[in-house]
Amino acid sequence: MVSTTLHINGEEHHLHLDSRVTLLDALREHLGLTGTKKGCDRGQCGACTVLIDGRRVNACLTLVATVTGRSVTTIEGLASVDGLHPIQEAFLKHDGFQCGYCTPGQICSVVALLTELKDQTVSTVTADVRQPLSFPATDEEIRERMSGNLCRCGAYPLILAAIREVMDGTVQQP
Amino acid sequence: MNPFQFYRPTDAHHALELGSAPGAQFLGGGTNLVDLMKGGVAQPRRIIDLTGLPYARVERLADGGVRIGALVRNSDAANHPLVREHYPLLTQALVSGASAQLRNMATVGGNLLQRTRCSYFTDTSFTMCNKRVPGSGCAARDGFNRMHAILGTSEACVATNPSDMSVALTALDAVVQVQNLSGFRSIPMATFLRLPGQTPERDTELKPGELIVGVDLPANPFASHSIYLKVRDRASYAFALVSVAVALDLEGARVRDCRVVLGGVAPKPWRALDSEATLRNSELDEMVIGRAAQGSTSGAQPLTYNAFKVELAQRAVGRALRRAARI
Repeated sequence: MVSTTLHINGEEHHLHLDSRVTLLDALREHLGLTGTKKGCDRGQCGACTVLIDGRRVNACLTLVATVTGRSVTTIEGLASVDGLHPIQEAFLKHDGFQCGYCTPGQICSVVALLTELKDQTVSTVTADVRQPLSFPATDEEIRERMSGNLCRCGAYPLILAAIREVMDGTVQQP
Repeated sequence: MNPFQFYRPTDAHHALELGSAPGAQFLGGGTNLVDLMKGGVAQPRRIIDLTGLPYARVERLADGGVRIGALVRNSDAANHPLVREHYPLLTQALVSGASAQLRNMATVGGNLLQRTRCSYFTDTSFTMCNKRVPGSGCAARDGFNRMHAILGTSEACVATNPSDMSVALTALDAVVQVQNLSGFRSIPMATFLRLPGQTPERDTELKPGELIVGVDLPANPFASHSIYLKVRDRASYAFALVSVAVALDLEGARVRDCRVVLGGVAPKPWRALDSEATLRNSELDEMVIGRAAQGSTSGAQPLTYNAFKVELAQRAVGRALRRAARI
């Protein structure tokens, strides 16, 4: 058993759990935060993507004991009293989903993606990693950087359109 | 998953003491270990989370090189200004591996210690796997071995090591810095990962209870002419069928020095010494590139389903050489 203190979506939680419990199961089974989805449960699909200290990770491969004292943001934590997060709005506007199961992970992933682009991080399709990243990021860059989130309905073109709109206001026709 | 005790020490000595117990395993980002635990392949009785230790920095060394702390996350190592500027080969290799989420989790030390593995190792429904159950046989030798090794294999094991990072580190002559209860020691990347021989259950030269504290990169003249080329079944988020790290030190078209290291084809990063000998002190033209490419797989022993990797590796070497030299 392990005792852990979690900061989730701005709230502090004290848990006493089996050391085997992952962050994903702690969220879903112990805290009632079922927005984060369990897909493969093996780090391959990205449905469980959440933000830890603002960075996207797979909650299914994260032992909850390792998250003590860190700040977790889930899909439930993105909207504010003023309304949905702009990325949530864009997914609705562009119909960036079909069944919706991968959507919370996709949206959390995009939140981090925008930070990573702002921070000038490079990817495997970046032409020269010694140079600053060129803006705006190309569609190829966005697709590569979202490859950790699978969508088995295949809503990728509409997800890309939603991301583009949030990034640079460009509305894309699929 | 089997039950285990969980510890989170904040100093290395305490971690080493905890790590000396039987059944103890160090935990970095957990992207390989937790996955193997879920599959019942790894069954540690004690988990020691290392992320509280002070080894998460990238720093310049006095001799002009760079030290990457063992707990630096893969995404942070890839994007550190010192790494991007002086070791772009390492940046390219790191960002070609896994997904953005996994790169944010995985540590440099953990990446080095990810298991050399194949699907018959990770799936416990196969009873034969010498790496998982020593002496049980190898299901892959007569199985579907398309992803498996063509070089450095043994009768006991034909699995590949899937780390992209380790291929680049080998090309960059990196040195793994290790701490144990009696002090520190250094292990060059060239010998850090092992060939399977008769003991495929051992992937590295690390001894039980030893801790990786960092990886040192010596200064080198390769930054302007280096390429990590990864060939895989899909465009992203897949292990390499074949990868190649090429690093050149050019004087005009003449190759002063070079490294050619293959990934995805062997149980460890495979230094193509024949290719390097062909290239060194040669004028880089199509004839030399062709000979270097052809020599990269000398000694290959393909299995039933992976003979395609021989030509694929040769072509990848040729393409990487042209791109690195910008010709």
